[in-house]
Amino acid sequence: MRTRRQGLLLLLPCALTLVVLFLLPQALMFEASLGRRSHYGGIVHEWGLGNYLRALEPLYLWILARSLWLAFSTTLLCLLVGYPVAYWIALKAPARFRSALLVLVILPFWTSFLVRMYAWIFVLRSEGLLNLGLEAFGLPRLNLLYNDLAVMLGQLYGELPFMILPLYASLEKLDRSLLEAAADLGATPRQTLFGVTLPLTAPGIVAGSILVFIPSLGAFLAPDLLGGARTVYIGNLIQSQFAIARDMPFGSALSFLLSLVVVLMLFLFRRPLQAAQAAR
Amino acid sequence: MKGAVEIEGVGKAFGGVHAVREVSFAVKPGEFVTLLGPSGCGKTTLLRLLAGFEEPDGGRILISGRDMTGLPSYERPVNTVFQHYALFPHLTVAGNVAFGLERARTPRTELPGRIEKALEMVRLQGFGERRIDQLSGGQKQRVALARAMVLEPEVLLLDEPMAALDLKLRKEMQVEVKNLQERLKTTFVFVTHDQDEALIMSDRIAVMNAGRIEQVGTPEALYERPRTRFVADFLAVSNLLEATVSELADGLAILDAGPGLVLRARDDGGFRKGEKALLGIRPERIAIGEGAGALEGRIEDEIYLGDTTDWRVALAGVTLTVSEGAATAQGRKRGDAVKLVFPPEALLRLEESPAS
Repeated sequence: MRTRRQGLLLLLPCALTLVVLFLLPQALMFEASLGRRSHYGGIVHEWGLGNYLRALEPLYLWILARSLWLAFSTTLLCLLVGYPVAYWIALKAPARFRSALLVLVILPFWTSFLVRMYAWIFVLRSEGLLNLGLEAFGLPRLNLLYNDLAVMLGQLYGELPFMILPLYASLEKLDRSLLEAAADLGATPRQTLFGVTLPLTAPGIVAGSILVFIPSLGAFLAPDLLGGARTVYIGNLIQSQFAIARDMPFGSALSFLLSLVVVLMLFLFRRPLQAAQAAR
Repeated sequence: MKGAVEIEGVGKAFGGVHAVREVSFAVKPGEFVTLLGPSGCGKTTLLRLLAGFEEPDGGRILISGRDMTGLPSYERPVNTVFQHYALFPHLTVAGNVAFGLERARTPRTELPGRIEKALEMVRLQGFGERRIDQLSGGQKQRVALARAMVLEPEVLLLDEPMAALDLKLRKEMQVEVKNLQERLKTTFVFVTHDQDEALIMSDRIAVMNAGRIEQVGTPEALYERPRTRFVADFLAVSNLLEATVSELADGLAILDAGPGLVLRARDDGGFRKGEKALLGIRPERIAIGEGAGALEGRIEDEIYLGDTTDWRVALAGVTLTVSEGAATAQGRKRGDAVKLVFPPEALLRLEESPAS
């Protein structure tokens, strides 16, 4: 009995954190989403499903689909760029530089995301660093800023560390003798990558993908600053409901739906997740 | 030529540290050769050079007469059994055995038969669907062997494959692997630091020390005639002593090993009168008893080993270890005065190992 009570006691901090920081806000938000907007931007607590019906209009569904696409392509891009980087740091770079390289990966976190997005504006704008460089070589200026490509770039840049770190963790754990064994059994480097390295680092791929996908789904800074707010994603929509339209109930409904989408995705991918865990 | 290994002046250094120095050595097709030595002697590096995991700094390696220089490991006609097996944890037993066959584009229809035959060879028939983490150490060992042998390599390399097994299982696997090799007639290059294992399994043993091969020979030759101090020491010649040659006569060398300690050794032509000589004698070649030229001493210490007892016997100036069978050892105890006898041929003349 003693161990059981101790177990519950040990569970308490975790449970409290989840309730106070996660369940309670979600519940409050859900309650707000059922209400109506008052004339001065407050919440009228008269419950109804009007906000949800509105959120399911084609216009907003289209925005959600676009956001899913942004999150998906950000994840894929981060994986394609991050895997070689993590592989190189974990397996190829001299061991004594490894921690320094990891610090370089997380160094951008020391600067606010907002500031870093502004920095990209200075790089990409028409009189920016890149265009000045092109001019120096006598090349014409390019329209680099305020398009979907710039948004992609900002997303990739912002989310990349979240992909590299879990990938590094699983690559570093990879038993190198398995790579030698594969080569010994006649596998070319390419076959070793697809037959051994990728399957064995699947937990890192899954973890990194989740860490990148979820925040990308709600991204609003990069679309705002680098996309020039030309394309609206669900993150921008929610942000504008709270900050500009002052329709908190509708914003809450959108937020709650977004949370549902994330939970649904995690549910759909639970099998590969478990398989990846089991492969360790 | 198929299955022959020729190592010609091969050297390898890691950051200025020489792991393998100018090694030249040839293995005949179908031979079971063991690289024997303590950790850090370069035996594993030499094996890795054969497998292609490392490239030599100098010299070249020929396998089946083909120069292996610059050839990546996946193109070499060798396969390796790794020290910790290196089985793929995400694949089943059958998946592991099939790994190499699939890379070699073996027809799909042939796979099940080849896998089952390989598993049968290591007595694991019916284990194909098991996961690797469901296997015991000995079973993993067998899967590693099957995975490598199913590709019918011209040379099989084994890197201390028994090191992680317990003693009883190790003894069984030694016999099993040896039998397998004799049946298949594949060239085996085996690395170990365990001299018993080397003696049991090998056709020839190459003893390595500080990156060099110090002596090569059959187990019998090595056991009976170790050439250097290092080889003798490594093959359990635990009594080493220095003596001055005082006389050479009738094929015998009379040696002075200290005050009142005169030894007689068979003269193999290597002794020079008046010069110092390094001698070794195995504990089991010394008997306690009377005889011509018996040496007087006193028992200082006892190491009980069950079927034998090792006595540490102090003579004038030196202490020798004497191994005695349980039947006669019973009456003796520490402090007893004893006389030691051994035939002249039991005394081995040794050379100093070349400085590293």
